[in-house]
Amino acid sequence: MHFEPVIGLEVHVQLKTNTKIFCRCSTKFGAAPNSQVCPVCLGLPGVLPVLNERVVEFATHLALATQCHINETSVLARKNYFYPDLPKAYQISQFEEPFCEHGAITIHVEGQAPQKIGITRIHMEEDAGKSLHAESFVAKNETLIDLNRCGTPLLEIVSEPDFRSAREACEYLVKLRQIVVYLGICDGNMEEGSLRCDANVSVRPLGEAKLGTKTELKNMNSFRAVEKAIEYEIHRQEMVLENGGKIEQQTMLWDANRNVAEAMRSKEYSHDYRYFPDPDLVPIQIARDYIEAVARRMPELPDAKRHRFQSFFGLPEYDAAVLTETPDLATYFEKVAEDVNDKKLASNWVMGHVLRALKDHNDSIHTFPVTPRYLAEILQLLETKSISTNSAKIVFDECFRTGYDPKNIVEKQKLALITDDKKIDQAIDQVLDSNARDVQDYLGGKAKVFGFLMGQVMRATQGKAHPQTVQQALRAKLDALKNEKSTEGS
Amino acid sequence: MAVTIQEVDHIARLAKLSFSEDEKEKFVEQFNQILTYMEKLNELDTSDVEPTYNVLALTNVMRPDEEKTWLSQEEALANAPRSNHGFFSVPKVIG
Ligand SMILES: [Zn+2]
Repeated sequence: MHFEPVIGLEVHVQLKTNTKIFCRCSTKFGAAPNSQVCPVCLGLPGVLPVLNERVVEFATHLALATQCHINETSVLARKNYFYPDLPKAYQISQFEEPFCEHGAITIHVEGQAPQKIGITRIHMEEDAGKSLHAESFVAKNETLIDLNRCGTPLLEIVSEPDFRSAREACEYLVKLRQIVVYLGICDGNMEEGSLRCDANVSVRPLGEAKLGTKTELKNMNSFRAVEKAIEYEIHRQEMVLENGGKIEQQTMLWDANRNVAEAMRSKEYSHDYRYFPDPDLVPIQIARDYIEAVARRMPELPDAKRHRFQSFFGLPEYDAAVLTETPDLATYFEKVAEDVNDKKLASNWVMGHVLRALKDHNDSIHTFPVTPRYLAEILQLLETKSISTNSAKIVFDECFRTGYDPKNIVEKQKLALITDDKKIDQAIDQVLDSNARDVQDYLGGKAKVFGFLMGQVMRATQGKAHPQTVQQALRAKLDALKNEKSTEGS
Repeated sequence: MAVTIQEVDHIARLAKLSFSEDEKEKFVEQFNQILTYMEKLNELDTSDVEPTYNVLALTNVMRPDEEKTWLSQEEALANAPRSNHGFFSVPKVIG
């Protein structure tokens, strides 16, 4: 039997605010445990949470970027459950009136037509604390709790069950990550947990309209894990159904070391959250002019930037996609391209040498020694034929190593080419004079001699003449002699 | 709709509380009394009334995203029955 997978994603993005969502504690990563807490996020009695306005602004950014409809009024609600990393015994989230709904993200899977993936809703909520079970100093009978993360703002993005393969789901996640990084609202780091993804997976016989029973996949900490876990779960469900079994609605945990997903021990009643509006927090009302003001401050989004790189710089689609992968790389390229005429040359160097150096040295574009201005200088020297392509690479490497100005390096290493055509002409004349026999041989039909003469000119100029320029000038001179000779002969 | 002993069990489990059979019987009775009292509200036609999310006539109470340190780790842990290496120590959570 053939099956069709149906997949939906729930993605949590941790917002890059200075403070938590309902209190003024810092959200910085890596502080000593329980050193960024206060009565509000510790859930002490008698405190009043107050919403961080930047969370609303960031949510508005994401709503606009995903073409969601922003609800005029949205409400914060309590989601009730007991867990030691949640001191209030409820998480403040949104339920009936989420921040925004009915959006879409367009994805491009290689070899498929562009697909619009529906966004069901985006809502804001607070993160829980962290539990430690495995560290050496944890006693056998205890679990340790750090509440620094408790109250960190999150946006949860719920997609429609629009994916039909793990590849599509993964592509969407990459795109969503790119959008939040472009917006500057999340750092997008999956390993550190600032971007988290759960998947709802079901399969149904091909052609069947009714959805199969779904399972929820959790604990996927990289793009690769998301793709592999979904593929694994699709296959597992197909096998169960093939063998006449039934899919149980349950939560599956991905184990990246063993490459298997296993059912979480079923927590009885775990889904009875008894949501209700939080009486401590008043409704959020979003006015038209607020949305317009935020829209005016929105940075350019990845798709728009990619299209602009194609139309404005005349770059191929592939180049535009590579260069706009992150906003930082795109900015780097734009600064280089500003001062270089040949945009494709600039693109080749950024995609080639720059990206390779960044990767080889695990460097960040922010601290990259070859600044956009330096790379532009190198490319200008190349464009004006002041240095050869080989020398340009030498200058680039040296600049990367030392951080010196490219012009300095060219001077110190004597890499400048002779740009004065007269000097080249003189050198050619000298070579032709002192190698009269070879010239005669060439004129007599020995085409190979050209290479020899070319070598002599390069030697006479100590390799400082641009080979192409020499080649053209030498050929012109020899052609002129040939013409003279044939006129004499006739 | 009357509350049954199963519902009392369910609610007790959600609240991580345990009761004797006598106590549960008592809760069935009390819950039902409360619900009967609340039933009265259903006599009103509220189909044209917007739901009240908050009794204050306020919206958009927000604050700027400015950091302030409140408690030190020591203060945060001061009232915890047990702590270890700067963490709150709680009975082992399975799973
Ligand atoms: Zn706090």
